[in-house]
Amino acid sequence: MKIRELTCIVCPRGCALKAELGEGGEVLSVSGNLCPRGKTYAIDECTNPMRVVTSTVRCESGAVVSCKTSRSIPKGMIFDVMKEINRTVACDGLKIGDVIIENVLGTGADIIATSMG
Amino acid sequence: MNTKATKELSAELVIVGGGPAGMAAAVAAYEEGIRDILILERDDNLGGILRQCIHNGFGLHRFGEELTGPEYAYRYEKMVRELNIPFMTDTMVTAISPERVVTAQNTEYGIFTVKAGAVILAMGCRERPKGALNIAGTRPAGIYTAGTAQKFVNMKGYMPGKEVVILGSGDIGLIMARRMTLEGAKVKAVCELMPYSGGLARNIEQCLNDFGIPLMLSHTVVEIHGKDRLEGVTIGKVDEARRPIPETFEYIPCDTLLLSCGLIPENELTKDAGIELDRITNGAVVDGDRETDIPGVFACGNVLHVHDLVDYVSEEAAIAGKAAVRFIRGEGKKDISVQVKCDGKVRYTVPQRLTEIADTRIYFRVADVYRDMKVTVRAGDTVLYQKKKQKLAPGEMETVELTRDMIDKAQGLGAPIEIGLI
Repeated sequence: MKIRELTCIVCPRGCALKAELGEGGEVLSVSGNLCPRGKTYAIDECTNPMRVVTSTVRCESGAVVSCKTSRSIPKGMIFDVMKEINRTVACDGLKIGDVIIENVLGTGADIIATSMG
Repeated sequence: MNTKATKELSAELVIVGGGPAGMAAAVAAYEEGIRDILILERDDNLGGILRQCIHNGFGLHRFGEELTGPEYAYRYEKMVRELNIPFMTDTMVTAISPERVVTAQNTEYGIFTVKAGAVILAMGCRERPKGALNIAGTRPAGIYTAGTAQKFVNMKGYMPGKEVVILGSGDIGLIMARRMTLEGAKVKAVCELMPYSGGLARNIEQCLNDFGIPLMLSHTVVEIHGKDRLEGVTIGKVDEARRPIPETFEYIPCDTLLLSCGLIPENELTKDAGIELDRITNGAVVDGDRETDIPGVFACGNVLHVHDLVDYVSEEAAIAGKAAVRFIRGEGKKDISVQVKCDGKVRYTVPQRLTEIADTRIYFRVADVYRDMKVTVRAGDTVLYQKKKQKLAPGEMETVELTRDMIDKAQGLGAPIEIGLI
């Protein structure tokens, strides 16, 4: 049996988590979490780590608008998603929540504006 | 010759700074029934530093969801706009008098004054600059504070460089390590003078560990190299007295050095007004209402003490906003005077004094990393309250709740309340 130590990134508290892993890498138990989201995070982190990506996108006018993935995406795809964001030119006049790229690279997450263009 | 008289305005409540603290204070004051409010902001829009903090993690406490900085700021900006709370942008406040006359300037009015019923200081903080760090070597281009680099990248769309070393592991430094990496730069190391990081554990995990960026604790930059443009830095390990150890010196080629070496509340106006400052927080000394020693002048947010979370800034600003309204209405009551002290392990508290018998949340920071301690509230020899904490660190602000009973007891004993660790 293997123990994996993690720092929870769900909230600023940053709980020190311990995940007990089985033979096949499956999570048998999680401890150290102060809320149920910590358990979900530990399970995801040991099986399929996910991250929200935040960045900026260039608009037609040359202005820069901040953006994010509307939900977390697989950690291994962060740089691929960044490439997609950086080759996109968004229209001007974006509002918070406007979709800039739909279902980016099939992740199920949209790239949405987080500031006003 | 221009003989035009200085314009003289007045407002029941003047708020200096339109960042998260100023906006939350304004909204809270509005909700208490005050309409004659004026927010003075030096930038070209409301929102403060949150506008460039495009990463997420804001708002979990305040709004119950995870927002980015601009989204969090916009929630408040929208409230300010929808409530028609007056504000001026591109307006710089240059003086506040003890009589609560605020002097400011902008291109519309030139220099003007605002006579205020109450003033809330919400100027935020700034980064400790290179000049304050005394690093040896040359002074080439390519050295920025992390926040300046953040503004370049996130608001202007410019990358300051390609090969980066970061000095200081405050949260902005950690966030910028990730941000520069995402935009294609190579972040070679984050050096931290102290044996622990000043940033949140989650940021070390998701900003450094996710990208294999080394965090070099007890390390500092000892020399800067390069004539016109930065070419590299020499880093080294430091001993327990934080002196660099020559045998450990190592040269790292880089074109960019980012500094994330602490934040300093921006209190020039406060000092000039003659308000008493706390030499640990570098902010004003305040009571539970966040009122300074000048009646009717309040302070909140990072100008009072540097916060980890904007959620707590909003919370504190609401306290100041509501209290300012009570002051304007002549309802502020100050029936006691109890000092709040700390034992050294606890480095500072806010508020530093209590003037009212009411349940009060005390914010504090500790001086070092401590494990398995009891946060202890005492008045003289009497222990009023204790709670266990597994871990306390200087980078994470803590709170303890003082009840009316505890304050009443301390008042009865005639002793200050001391917050300490055992």
